[in-house]
Amino acid sequence: MTLKFARAALVALAAIGPAPVAWSLASGDNAPACSAQLLDGAHTVSLADYRGKVVYLDFWASWCAPCRESFPFMNELQGDLGDKGLQIVGVSVDKTAEEARRFLARYPAKFTIVLDTAGACPSAFRLEGMPSSYIIDRAGVVRAVHVGFRDSDRTELRRKVMEILNGGK
Amino acid sequence: MRRTMVLARGATLLLMAVLSGCSTVPPWERGTLAKPVMSVDPPPQEQQQKLRTYSAKEGGAAATGVGGGGCGCN
Repeated sequence: MTLKFARAALVALAAIGPAPVAWSLASGDNAPACSAQLLDGAHTVSLADYRGKVVYLDFWASWCAPCRESFPFMNELQGDLGDKGLQIVGVSVDKTAEEARRFLARYPAKFTIVLDTAGACPSAFRLEGMPSSYIIDRAGVVRAVHVGFRDSDRTELRRKVMEILNGGK
Repeated sequence: MRRTMVLARGATLLLMAVLSGCSTVPPWERGTLAKPVMSVDPPPQEQQQKLRTYSAKEGGAAATGVGGGGCGCN
């Protein structure tokens, strides 16, 4: 009797306890649909628009410190590999366009910037941290997930992007 | 036996009530939490000023931790 009750209590506890962690997408998963409005311009772009290109999808925010370091890297990458079929898309998860613009005034971006104030895209990708980048191949499959950004990550990220651009597994 | 059951039931109910108050803030919604006023010792400027006064009152540099030695040259 007590045992039964204890078991029921445990189950109930597990159900109402802190929400279980939803694991992020992993390499090999199809990229979920995601669309957001361009920061400068009225129209909406969706991930599917870039099918056929390798997309480096980066989630950032004005309040995220490592994001500041990642912008020069992404500018460099877009400049070097853009003509090989790389498209970097930075998704701002800021609550207002104003915050995003203020950040970009200090850390300019030479790639596409969209704004997702509602957080639909980060929910769909089930982000585990900020910033998070997803490298999506030409067929729309996530091929690499990277959480956080340090200067020392540059070489490895560039290598991965090159590999996916060249169609390697 | 009966008393233990009641106790256990009460404890479980209490736990449920308390635990359901916990929630995880998704990483992309931590903008407000990232503001300087949300730090453990808010706000940073005031904290710094207090530390300065405290150090002076205690009569030595780094009164709150390790630092210069006792030579008074710091």
